[in-house]
Amino acid sequence: MAKLTNKREENLGGYIVHGIPFPIETDPDSLAFLKKMAPIQIEQPYAITYLHSYGQDSPWFAAVSNKKLLTTQDPESGYTYGTPRGHDMYSGSETVWIDITDRPAKVHAFTVCHFGSEEFLPETPFVLALVQFEGVNTLFLTRLLGVDPDEASLDWIEMPVEPRFLRNSKLKPTDVYFVPASG
Amino acid sequence: MRPVYAVSGGVSKFAKARPDKTFQAIVKEAYDYAIADIGLDFPTFTSLVDGSVASYFSDHFSRQLMAAIMAQDYLGLIPKPSHRVEGGGATGGLNFQEAWKSIASGHMDICVSYGFETMSHVETWKGNEFIALASDASWDYPVGGFYSGYYAMMVTRHMKEFGTTVEQMAHVSVKNHINAYHNPYAQKRSRYTIEDIRNSPMVAWPLTRLDICVMSDGAAATILVSEEGLEKLEKAGANIPRPLVLVTGIGRGTDAMRMSDRPHADYDTFMRDYATEQERGSDETRAYYQKLWDHGTRYPGVHSFRAGRTAGNMAYQHAGISDPLEELDFVELHDAYTSSEIQTYEDLGLCRYGEGGPFAASGKAFMPGVDYGLDLEDDPVCPVNPSGGLIACGHPVGATGLMQAVFAIWQLQNSIEKHFQDSTLQLKDARRGAIHSHAGTGTYVTVSILEREE
Repeated sequence: MAKLTNKREENLGGYIVHGIPFPIETDPDSLAFLKKMAPIQIEQPYAITYLHSYGQDSPWFAAVSNKKLLTTQDPESGYTYGTPRGHDMYSGSETVWIDITDRPAKVHAFTVCHFGSEEFLPETPFVLALVQFEGVNTLFLTRLLGVDPDEASLDWIEMPVEPRFLRNSKLKPTDVYFVPASG
Repeated sequence: MRPVYAVSGGVSKFAKARPDKTFQAIVKEAYDYAIADIGLDFPTFTSLVDGSVASYFSDHFSRQLMAAIMAQDYLGLIPKPSHRVEGGGATGGLNFQEAWKSIASGHMDICVSYGFETMSHVETWKGNEFIALASDASWDYPVGGFYSGYYAMMVTRHMKEFGTTVEQMAHVSVKNHINAYHNPYAQKRSRYTIEDIRNSPMVAWPLTRLDICVMSDGAAATILVSEEGLEKLEKAGANIPRPLVLVTGIGRGTDAMRMSDRPHADYDTFMRDYATEQERGSDETRAYYQKLWDHGTRYPGVHSFRAGRTAGNMAYQHAGISDPLEELDFVELHDAYTSSEIQTYEDLGLCRYGEGGPFAASGKAFMPGVDYGLDLEDDPVCPVNPSGGLIACGHPVGATGLMQAVFAIWQLQNSIEKHFQDSTLQLKDARRGAIHSHAGTGTYVTVSILEREE
């Protein structure tokens, strides 16, 4: 049985107050009493839309929207990143794009998020996983589907997985996600 | 470099919310305490201090850019030199080291470092979002940005590779909460059991709410001086306790913002670039690591913090420490998660990589003379987070690393009872301690060594 909560969830909302308690006279005694006043707190909504550029990483997002998973590689050493980088951190050279859509992959680490940032709260519980690809030196952060979040197990680590692509791209890294490998 | 003395510190009460004061006034609580503790009045100290370093993590929380100058202004420190330092969770540790540099370089004789954060201005889930924006906003945040999730992934790998258990992690939470029971500055002063930790709500498997630090409002300040600065303060009537506390070592390290970019280095690279002096010198330890690598361990992967190991090795070399477990009397480390305390035991060389779990449950990192209600195999050797750490004291980010410095100064001044009105957390004859401040998923890490002048 799920653990029962004895605390009601609260938010910042409240009544609009007309008239703040304040001394009628501003004599020294009344002004001194203001040192004992509770603080006034107000809401300050804040919203902004950013124009975010993926810059040199843009081809990766174009690829996933076309159901291809790309990454980058140092052309000399062959050092390959699970998450693309425009330049190799060891040689400093510009990397080249390679296609890893069909590379065997497995779960390197994972968690089930039962709580989270405000933006992702409606999606809880969700599974975050770091995936490792055969012949690739670093990892890729993704969502793992097709596993039961209530049955988390260390056995998921090393589990073979394969990519799935959103039919309607959102141009986010979540346009690709992973599921247990079918074969 | 000149010797640097840490002569005083102050901490505001850390709390879930401090709507009673603005951030500047909360900083002033800590600042005034540090001045009063050496017996000076505000105008006298103001006339002597050469400048400051300020720290806070996020403009988002206060919705105020350049908040540091507002604190500088409120403290009456204008027009003296100052700058703001920011480096995620390590912001306070970086601040302390910048103040150290100001003194060691000869640029200042008396420097005050102050830091703060007021995280209560938004709901916890929005706070989590702000913090998660300290991960790659193209690649990490949009996948489900949540720091507890990132740390939970690290620990599932640690558990898989090394056999670390959730009960071992819970030992850290029990220890730090019960330590904080005796610390009046702590946000959470509760006695928990292993079962309490495991039965608290799951946040990111396997981390429960009691495996994770909380958001806080708070501030902390330290005063660092040169020999000349010490002379100036004392000439003005300051009462600086003897023996003095010296900052004898500083170290820093960094790592990639994206956890996924961390390398998976082979055995030879690990031994050459990252092993501690002690690890390199032990046949038995080299064989132990060879066996780990034969079973697939690679370094640092996502289970270890290369930045922490780099910072620790650098600070130890600076301070002349070769066996940290034996040569440090205590460590105040960045336990944002019980799991990261275990990972940090390993990074700081208190035990070997892979042995952090058993170390956590052994008793070696516990305080002597405190009843934890646990059956611990070993006696305390090097208490870790005697103050209660972030898990119990709270984590007002820009203040946290300085809070650790203040508690370390008080330990080494033998003045815990004076400040806590309780002597339980005073280590007998504490001579040398380390403070460790940590950002992101291990992106910036600082380690500073403080010791009592002999």
